Amino acid sequence: MSEILLEIDGQKVKAKTGMTVLEAAKAAGIRIPTLCYHEKLEPYGGCRLCIVELGAGERKKIVVSCVYLAEEGLVVTTRSEKIDRIRRTIIELYLAHAPDAFELLELAKEYGADRDRFAKEASFCVHCGLCVRYCAEVKKKFAVGFVDRGTRKEISFVPEIAAEECWDCKECFPLCPTEALQAAFVLMRALSL
Amino acid sequence: MDNDRVDQIIDKHNGEASSLIQVLLEIQSEHHWLPKSALERVGERLQVPRTRILHIATFYKAFSLVPKGRHEINVCMGTACHVRGAGRVLDVIEDVIGIKPGETDLELKFSLETVNCLGCCALGPVLEIDGTTHGKMAPGETADVLLNYE
Repeated sequence: MSEILLEIDGQKVKAKTGMTVLEAAKAAGIRIPTLCYHEKLEPYGGCRLCIVELGAGERKKIVVSCVYLAEEGLVVTTRSEKIDRIRRTIIELYLAHAPDAFELLELAKEYGADRDRFAKEASFCVHCGLCVRYCAEVKKKFAVGFVDRGTRKEISFVPEIAAEECWDCKECFPLCPTEALQAAFVLMRALSL
Repeated sequence: MDNDRVDQIIDKHNGEASSLIQVLLEIQSEHHWLPKSALERVGERLQVPRTRILHIATFYKAFSLVPKGRHEINVCMGTACHVRGAGRVLDVIEDVIGIKPGETDLELKFSLETVNCLGCCALGPVLEIDGTTHGKMAPGETADVLLNYE
């Protein structure tokens, strides 16, 4: 694998081909906030918190760093007024769904997001897909998946599989950025049907 | 729907996982809904996890996981039909069959849905039963149309 050189926040960063911008930043110790990223899982690009600015001067574009492959000579900015503003709004939208999630509240503090900006619609799920993808990609059990779509989209356990596999695993619970409440609740519901 | 018929449909598509949606569509159009046993069979034969089948079956409106009637009624609620009195046509249908949109009657004869435009606004109010279009529906005539279906 050949090495490429890019610039992140003014810092020269070495990366291997095939690495995403997020991975390159992480390797260089530059922090980019994420909710749906997990090193064992395929990039998902679901939470959009890891957006960064590419290029310099007038011609900048915003990309999702967890699914954008690092390129030679790329100039990346991980914090700017524009990025912070977008991240703030995303966090505020998530807080409408999971108002008491520690991870979100911490991000809210960092980005000055208003917890009460949007009317609460607490579903405790921000559709990061960590539990769903972990179950499918790492455990290969497919016990939990998404059902429905749009505003009604939610996670759901398949009762027959969950009854056999989940009690001794529960590895998806701690992955949840909204404190596992959602997964635990949905699992109980699936098993009590 | 028995497993043999499901198997036939799957064989027609060479048991390829990429044909999942086509297989589900065929089961849906023959059986009017997707029973759990059929979904389990499809998952087994196509080697597709149950979560993915459920994700797809709940994502598209074309699929139903609950039993549907033998006849599918779509009442157009698009703008043109709406101003031409689709609301009253729908009221009549609801009265005659005794179900609301999204529901199926107990004899599994009719399922009622509202749609947002069937693309033939000049015929409004439009009503579609099993793919046959009934145009220029007057509320009074609607009950007669329904009588033609067994």
